[in-house]
Amino acid sequence: MANTQAMTTSFMGELMTATHNFGTAPVRASGATDSFKAALYLASATYNASTTAYSTTGEVTGTNYTAGGVAVTFGTPPTATNSSTTAGVAFVTPSASITYTNVTLTTAFDAVLIYNSTQSNKAVSVHTFGSQTVTAGTFTLTMPSNTTSTALLRLATT
Amino acid sequence: MIVTTTKGDMDDSLLEKREGSLDNDNESTTWVEYWLDGELVHRSVHVTLKKNVSSAVEAASFN
Repeated sequence: MANTQAMTTSFMGELMTATHNFGTAPVRASGATDSFKAALYLASATYNASTTAYSTTGEVTGTNYTAGGVAVTFGTPPTATNSSTTAGVAFVTPSASITYTNVTLTTAFDAVLIYNSTQSNKAVSVHTFGSQTVTAGTFTLTMPSNTTSTALLRLATT
Repeated sequence: MIVTTTKGDMDDSLLEKREGSLDNDNESTTWVEYWLDGELVHRSVHVTLKKNVSSAVEAASFN
């Protein structure tokens, strides 16, 4: 069992049906931007491209950690940029670090699942890192720069 | 400096501080630990993600 970093296939499919909306100009009937959350998973869990939704299975437990994780802020709407007449990239990155404050997580964890808590907790992406524990401390995930090449979530044509 | 620990808030002068870091293609990570008489009483971790998750999108041609 191991976690694997990936954009979930379900997310790609759901983009085509406007299930997810990171921005402020929705094309759906609802005018509200969806809310997203980030949950941490044990190194022994199995979250990867086939993950379709948030689950408590394999999620970390510990002092001051609430099941479901914490909110993820997308303060900047997605950007779509053409790199040529046949290629381009759409990208978006959380605008703030993801922080779990004063937690104790004694069983090793190595993955975070970002999911859409507005749309039935549907999965967006899994991100892995070196296995960690936290003791009466803070776990912070800092995001990469929101650019065409480094944004956390990218859809690209070539 | 006051540190949150499993024993409650403590002055860091009473604790042994240990730090570490990890840097690779996927992440840049630092951690700080405080120990009291051989017992880990605080550990914080800061991970900076370097890699994104990307998906290639293709439109099929008709011929």
